[in-house]
Amino acid sequence: MNKTLKGWKDIPIAGVCWKPATQYLTGDWKTFKPIHDAEKCTKCLLCPMICPDSAIKWNQTNEEIEFDYDFCKGCGICANECPADAIKMVREGGE
Amino acid sequence: MAVAQQKTLAMNGDEAVALAVKQSDVDVVAAYPITPQTIIVERLSEYVANGEVETEFVCTESEHSALTACLAASATGARTFTASASAGLALMHEILYVTSGCRAPVVMAIANRALSAPINIHCDHSDSMVERDSCWIQIYAENSQETYDSMIQSFRIAEHLQVLLPVMVCLDAFVLSHTLENVQILADETVRKFVGVRQFPLVMGHEGKEVPFKLDPNNPITMGPLDLHDYYFEHKRQQEEAMKIAPRIIKEIHEEFSRISGRKYGNGLIEAYRLEDADIATVCVGSTAGTTKTVVDHLRTKGTKAGLLRLRTFRPLPLTEIMGALENVKALAIMDRSNSFGGSGGPIYHEIRHSMYDAPTHPHIVNYIYGLGGRDMPPTTILNIYKDLQEILQTKKVKRDVQFAGVRQ
Ligand code: SF4
Ligand code: SF4
Repeated sequence: MNKTLKGWKDIPIAGVCWKPATQYLTGDWKTFKPIHDAEKCTKCLLCPMICPDSAIKWNQTNEEIEFDYDFCKGCGICANECPADAIKMVREGGE
Repeated sequence: MAVAQQKTLAMNGDEAVALAVKQSDVDVVAAYPITPQTIIVERLSEYVANGEVETEFVCTESEHSALTACLAASATGARTFTASASAGLALMHEILYVTSGCRAPVVMAIANRALSAPINIHCDHSDSMVERDSCWIQIYAENSQETYDSMIQSFRIAEHLQVLLPVMVCLDAFVLSHTLENVQILADETVRKFVGVRQFPLVMGHEGKEVPFKLDPNNPITMGPLDLHDYYFEHKRQQEEAMKIAPRIIKEIHEEFSRISGRKYGNGLIEAYRLEDADIATVCVGSTAGTTKTVVDHLRTKGTKAGLLRLRTFRPLPLTEIMGALENVKALAIMDRSNSFGGSGGPIYHEIRHSMYDAPTHPHIVNYIYGLGGRDMPPTTILNIYKDLQEILQTKKVKRDVQFAGVRQ
């Protein structure tokens, strides 16, 4: 059993969340992950808006979009919708 | 504590339920009428319309919504009640699990009625027995007096901080729900004091602090969200633990109530009737126990060592108590007012037989399915069951382990 998970005596009843959703990483179930091609990207910022898990952010320092792989579930919507074809989906660990 | 002053009222089981709810300081009732529970809902809506209670009465469009409304109100901290039967309870099925999973202490009266088809409005236990795995405590009453008493106790049991599980109080359709009986009634203040004010345990919320276990905008928490292979099993294990603790709490609250009412139903979990030296005995739940007691008395006058074990709670199933009470019985008939089709016998039979596996001595056990769809269970039919048991006692053989009592060939 995973040692980092708590036992039944140590968690609240009724499924009450004992930590915020930002601390519950949901990105570990993806099979494909999105890879960004900065050369092709026109910075239209469509993808941060359409990502269903808010897993794409605008990085103000380098002025690029950025994936948060802790929350990206690998659905591929961003790659499908990007008008500049600047996102491709690659198999996890298969890069 | 002295036994409180009481008055006797002629009322049926449904009215007894409604009165108990009226006296128990219930905040929200959401219900949808269905025979034979209708009188409960009618009386409660009259109390509300007359301004006799402060209860919020929500008329819903279905039983599914009725229980959902109760669950939601209960989650905010309200004391809630609903009532149903048969098809209505079946429509609640999904939300029964959500209610227990959210640990919402909703109390519900079930006027036990057969399930369609063919359509039948009369008594059997198919509706509640099918919900035995939903993590609701189930109390089966023998008469309207016990229905009234059990209702009052149920709010305390459900809301107990170590239990926090919903409770069903089951009363037999028509036999109890519609039959006038003398019922001893406690004063409003006495009941109100007994049930008290709902308390809340502290839980760790997502903001990193311990907060009362209720939905409150000032201390927000989330109940029952997505729970996958990582934690769902642990939450179900917690529910089993609450069911394990429940027998002790049910007994304590039953005992405490008996001190103000002067009434007892066995130890609150089981009622052993003339069992001490019984060679033959039956096991049942509900109103049939009353008829069976007169048959046992009759047999005793003839020198037959007959007894009865009535289960008051079927969930939690008081395994140890059952084993202890049936220790010396040599031939045992389990009476089921519902059938597990294709499962060789009824649910009570399955579980009692299972309980007896660990007993030092094993009685001969036989199952009688009876009374489906309100088929009458007169003393003569019960007497025949005891006669069969006497034969088993003599021959030490069970001819057929599952039989149908009162069905035409
Ligand atoms: S693959 Fe889906 S979840 Fe991941 S960044 Fe793209 S749109 Fe968001
Ligand atoms: S949608 Fe495509 S082009 Fe637009 S910001 Fe995202 S990656 Fe760049």
